[in-house]
Amino acid sequence: MSDNLLEVKNLKMYFPITKGIILQRHVGDVKAVDGISFNIKHGETLGLVGESGCGKSTTGRAILQLYHPTGGNVLFNGEDLTLMKGEALRHQRRQMQMIFQDPYASLNPRLTVGNIVGEPLEVHKIGNAKERRERVQELLKVVGLNPYFVNRYPHEFSGGQRQRIGVARALAVNPEFIVADEPISALDVSIQAQIVNLLEELQAQLGLTYLFIAHDLSMVRHISDRIAVMYLGHLVELTDHETLYSNPLHPYTQALLSAVPIPDPYIEDTRQRIVLEGDVPSPTNPPKGCNFCTRCARAMDICFETDPEWKDMGTAEEEHWVACHLY
Amino acid sequence: MATLLEVKGLTTQFFTQDGVVHAVSDISYKVDEGETLAIVGESGCGKSVGVMSLIKLIPQPPGKIVAGEVWFDGKDLLQMNDDEIRQVRGNRIAMIFQDPMTSLNPVLTIGRQITEALQLHLGMNNEQARQRAVELLELVGIPGADSRLDDYPHQFSGGMRQRVMIAMGLSCNPQLLIADEPTTALDVTIQAQIVDLVKGLKHKIGMAIIWITHDLGVVAGLAERVIVMYAGQIVEEAEVHDLYARPHHPYTLGLLKSIPRLDLGKGEKLIPIEGLPPDLVDLPKGCPFAARCTYRIEKCLAENPPAEYVTSSHRVACWRWEYVIANQPQAGS
Ligand SMILES: Nc1ncnc2c1ncn2[C@@H]1O[C@H](COP(=O)(O)OP(=O)(O)OP(=O)(O)O)[C@@H](O)[C@H]1O
Ligand SMILES: Nc1ncnc2c1ncn2[C@@H]1O[C@H](COP(=O)(O)OP(=O)(O)OP(=O)(O)O)[C@@H](O)[C@H]1O
Ligand SMILES: [Mg+2]
Ligand SMILES: [Mg+2]
Repeated sequence: MSDNLLEVKNLKMYFPITKGIILQRHVGDVKAVDGISFNIKHGETLGLVGESGCGKSTTGRAILQLYHPTGGNVLFNGEDLTLMKGEALRHQRRQMQMIFQDPYASLNPRLTVGNIVGEPLEVHKIGNAKERRERVQELLKVVGLNPYFVNRYPHEFSGGQRQRIGVARALAVNPEFIVADEPISALDVSIQAQIVNLLEELQAQLGLTYLFIAHDLSMVRHISDRIAVMYLGHLVELTDHETLYSNPLHPYTQALLSAVPIPDPYIEDTRQRIVLEGDVPSPTNPPKGCNFCTRCARAMDICFETDPEWKDMGTAEEEHWVACHLY
Repeated sequence: MATLLEVKGLTTQFFTQDGVVHAVSDISYKVDEGETLAIVGESGCGKSVGVMSLIKLIPQPPGKIVAGEVWFDGKDLLQMNDDEIRQVRGNRIAMIFQDPMTSLNPVLTIGRQITEALQLHLGMNNEQARQRAVELLELVGIPGADSRLDDYPHQFSGGMRQRVMIAMGLSCNPQLLIADEPTTALDVTIQAQIVDLVKGLKHKIGMAIIWITHDLGVVAGLAERVIVMYAGQIVEEAEVHDLYARPHHPYTLGLLKSIPRLDLGKGEKLIPIEGLPPDLVDLPKGCPFAARCTYRIEKCLAENPPAEYVTSSHRVACWRWEYVIANQPQAGS
């Protein structure tokens, strides 16, 4: 078997737009994810970055089959999740969990911490009541919370502590794979590092594989082995974290990197910025040709005509995928 | 440079059912003409309340400015009556807020919202105000400004709405622009556009700026001077290069060590600040950061250190600052 835990092939997720109240006519689609392909190896962290609305969360959800993809395949341990139903899918889902962006909204305020963390155990009918209670206490310890907190409610915790509760819940059923959808965006700077360090330690201890979604490129570079850059439903570039930074190929990646401020005034004094003009087009009506052509300073005639191919420009050791007519 | 604004001993509290929230406690600072001052600190440390107090935008009750003076152009703003302060607000001191959607009126056209201020403060007629509105939108880089005046806020993207807010802020040629996290809700590429825009405008117009943020990256490229706040107090203030190169306060140091840098690689472990900020209703007796501080000594728990100048431009509120600068954790260790 290959060393890939996850293989995503030409994944598409469209949301239909309908008009009319009684007779709903299908008038178009939000092409939130429009044909993306990538792999994630066992034990690695793949970072997924891109601006708001480019389709990152939808990608995560479509992989976990929380949405039924419009097209493409998602192979988990070699088995195609898009073909599975019922018990078989439920069984696979146990191996895959999600941590959400907003630690305030993602925990049910009426449940105790013990119920929240223990819920996946009940859903998957793991252990008896006593075993479940013990497991919950153990999980709280793992994420750095006091096990005596089991009977408290979410509102009694800070944002960082709530995010730890979310992590504990995700770990409850011993998953192999975790989609972390902007797990630190809602947290204060001084707390973010606590959660990132926790995720890194858990990965080292438990051999977890992560899809780490974020728009903060500095944090993604810090935590990821490889990074995929997304723009308007497409992947534009994917390579290891070092190469992406030292040799970005796609003009969008270049602009994105140059827009990230660096907390060092001496560097900022002399830094040259590529400032992108305009805004991201609407995913209901993406431009013809390359999706980035409307904002690209290096666009050629062909870019307005043909969608560039997703190709590997890397070496034997290191893949470097890019979708751009310049290469 | 001449001083434009001087804040002395500003203290603002909220009187709530749970007790007195010490949102801003005895803060003092100056802003020179034409300079950019950044105020940084994490959520709830009193950044917004601190600047809203300057122009008396605090809801009273429950809020109350319990002490302080705010000198601007020879007058104490806090002594002004409602009419007088309204003349200053949106005119010589302009403010832009974090969320451009909630601060624009959704049922009025963009043009209407800009021209209203011009007519109110500068006494322009319809024609003049419209003309000026077009100029302002062009100034902040909105293409086809003339035709977009009749659009409503929802027809603009987040970045464009923030540009409109800035245009409105600039409409009366303010001497001081207060920007409360104007880019926090925006994507990095749009944030870069806005930061570039404000830097350019500053050169063109020569106004002073107070820029509030929690993002130490943005500050590095924008500000000349930085104030770091913690639990309603100023814990450090320095010229920007000096602050990043030689942070004197353990909290500032902690913030800088806990954020990853794009120009440094994977593998460098982040050093988090453990614990949480104190409850502003029940502040500890000593230094507010002491509970989380790795440099703490007995004295820190007993006595709150005052913010003292250690050079002519660098002040810090820490009993241990000399030890802190001599003993900083090395990157990567
Ligand atoms: N359930 C849905 N129905 C219709 N459109 C949707 C749905 N979910 C997402 N979209 C649209 O799909 C696009 C991608 O959304 P998505 O939430 O995946 O973006 P994202 O990259 O996660 O953004 P953010 O950084 O803001 O979280 C957006 O245009 C969004 O409006
Ligand atoms: N109307 C109010 N009633 C009671 N407390 C308030 C009120 N407004 C603000 N506070 C409190 O004052 C303190 C300072 O709030 P402030 O809004 O200035 O924080 P901030 O530094 O701007 O945070 P953020 O980065 O989240 O915007 C907080 O503890 C807040 O809870
Ligand atoms: Mg999302
Ligand atoms: Mg604020």
